[in-house]
Amino acid sequence: MRAMCRGHGPLPQPPTEEKVLLPLNDVIHLAITGIAQGCAYGLIALGFVLIYKATEVVNFAHGEFMMLGAFAVLTFSEVLGWGFWPAFVLGCLSIAAVGYLVDAQIMRRIIGESQASIFILTVAFGFIFRALAGMMFGWNTRSLDTPFDGKIAIGNLVEINSDRVAIIIATVLLVGAIYLFFGRTRYGVAMQAASQNQLAAFYMGIPVKRLVSLTWAIGAFIAAAAGALLAPMTQIDTTIGLLGIKALAGAIVGGFGSIPGALLGCILIGVIEPFADYYLPGIKGVSAYVVMLVVLFVRPEGLIVQTYQKKV
Amino acid sequence: MQFLFKTAYTDDIRFLARTGEKIRVALVVILLLAAPFMLQDYYLAELGLLLVYAIAGIGLMTLTGHTGLVSFGHAAFLGIGAYTHSILLSKGVPFTISLLITVSFSAAVGMLIGRSASKMFGFYMAIATLAFGILIETVFGEWSSLTGGHQGLAVPDLIVFGLPLAKAWQQYYLDLVLTLLVIWGASNLFRTPTGRSFLAVRDSELSARCLGVNVEWAKIQAFGVSAAITGLAGALLAHHLSYLVPEVFGVLESLKLMLMIVVGGMGSILGAVFGAIFVSILPVALSFLKDVLPASIGQTAGLEPLLFGLIIVIVIVFEPLGIYGRWMKLRFFFESFPYYRKSSYVRQKSYLKTDRMR
Repeated sequence: MRAMCRGHGPLPQPPTEEKVLLPLNDVIHLAITGIAQGCAYGLIALGFVLIYKATEVVNFAHGEFMMLGAFAVLTFSEVLGWGFWPAFVLGCLSIAAVGYLVDAQIMRRIIGESQASIFILTVAFGFIFRALAGMMFGWNTRSLDTPFDGKIAIGNLVEINSDRVAIIIATVLLVGAIYLFFGRTRYGVAMQAASQNQLAAFYMGIPVKRLVSLTWAIGAFIAAAAGALLAPMTQIDTTIGLLGIKALAGAIVGGFGSIPGALLGCILIGVIEPFADYYLPGIKGVSAYVVMLVVLFVRPEGLIVQTYQKKV
Repeated sequence: MQFLFKTAYTDDIRFLARTGEKIRVALVVILLLAAPFMLQDYYLAELGLLLVYAIAGIGLMTLTGHTGLVSFGHAAFLGIGAYTHSILLSKGVPFTISLLITVSFSAAVGMLIGRSASKMFGFYMAIATLAFGILIETVFGEWSSLTGGHQGLAVPDLIVFGLPLAKAWQQYYLDLVLTLLVIWGASNLFRTPTGRSFLAVRDSELSARCLGVNVEWAKIQAFGVSAAITGLAGALLAHHLSYLVPEVFGVLESLKLMLMIVVGGMGSILGAVFGAIFVSILPVALSFLKDVLPASIGQTAGLEPLLFGLIIVIVIVFEPLGIYGRWMKLRFFFESFPYYRKSSYVRQKSYLKTDRMR
């Protein structure tokens, strides 16, 4: 499945005769591209972790929320001609609604089934979303016009596309917003409570079902935002949802239990990827999985651990 | 309604206790044995392929259905089996020895993966196996001196004990014998302490540990058994494909195996067989559906993955035990004939069961 191996934008062509060290400005360029890519992975992983913490469901279709988000923003901005920002907000909100409905209508019914069935169910969602997106938006690769098409020069060393900077800034903003939401608002604290013990939270009068669906909506919103921001770098087609698997790999590298860990792991994967593709073309596109497997073999709980023993 | 009266101690461990079961199994076996006299070569080959997939399904079922470890990369073991067997055969190793080496090698790789996986929990394993599947596919593609890379690898002819099995019916009988052996072996496995420990690990790791099951070792064993069976299926599959390319053993194949056991029915060997039948009929049904539906719907690109996904969703949401669950209900309906009520089988609501430690 080659499609799983796609990722970042154009790379410098590897020299054919021998691998030399890259010049400094290329290194910086690759690193910043990698960080931007990693931030996009991180945004998807954020959704994974939120949903996992709330319901213990690992949503394998989360990358598809990202893909749908990119398509939704594209549709709102181009077909309806509303400009980027209104389309961005509306697109993300509509995907959030999709996320809410997926939980409220389907995932809620199968609480208590075996984990295996739930994984497979979300994988099946991925198939459905991909097929539906293809039918609705077409199977061709599309590109989205964003306001970030300029370049930013750092000194006289390197020029960076502003779309990459936009992703990094958006990640910081969104993560900050999530942090404040969970720490400071009534809803956020209630969600934390529901995540720790659903039954106890329910007894305390917390509407657990609605909050869980809301968590899905937030996760889907963030993924959709990531999709729209990533669009200038990767283009949009129905297979970009498979980047979600790499986000999952990143989240595992960092440690799934904690949001900072997941973000860190994703950025790590994002940075390693372009360099690995350059120096080791034999594993082009699969370096993320190699890193993940190595981390899992050495430290099965991820780099940043947040663990406690279950009481019987 | 038939009451079982036990008249000997061996009745407790009998495979087929009920008369109905005996008759059914005998009928199926006779039909399968007689198939070459009734079917054309093409359908016979398809039936053989179905049996091979049934073996692969039992392999994955041992791991996912019975031990509760999800593997999204099981096609890798299918590939390891197919490539090892073909490479050994082309080096001149006789069929039986090559098959034995293939199965042991596959089991060894499985136990190696299982050793790492036994330390992971829940979905980490699902994703690790997914990554393993993608990596193995890459290895098949890149290691072209051994595997022929993306050019492909021709599978040597099927020669068992010096007898060339070139005809479709000969190959079919080979598949059939091995399938029956695997079914027999797997059903026996789950009556041994080892197999029981697999089931205990599935139902609750924590309880299993408290009861003295060595959870890590049980997981490693489960991986080994599962990989061995799947590797065997891979070796047989190689003879059906007769030309190996890495793409055949990619993520989609893993998902197909997963679809098989989910639709067939988690946690039962019969379910894996049902799943294999379902997966073999599905493409035929889909192409039939394409002709029946109006062209505007039937010819839409993406109809197949859509239906693929929808079937899984519908099965998991409405019938978590799959075809096997339906079969159980049907059997119960006839066995207890006038007494079947709608409320005979009601799904119980349960809370979120969790083994989460982080």
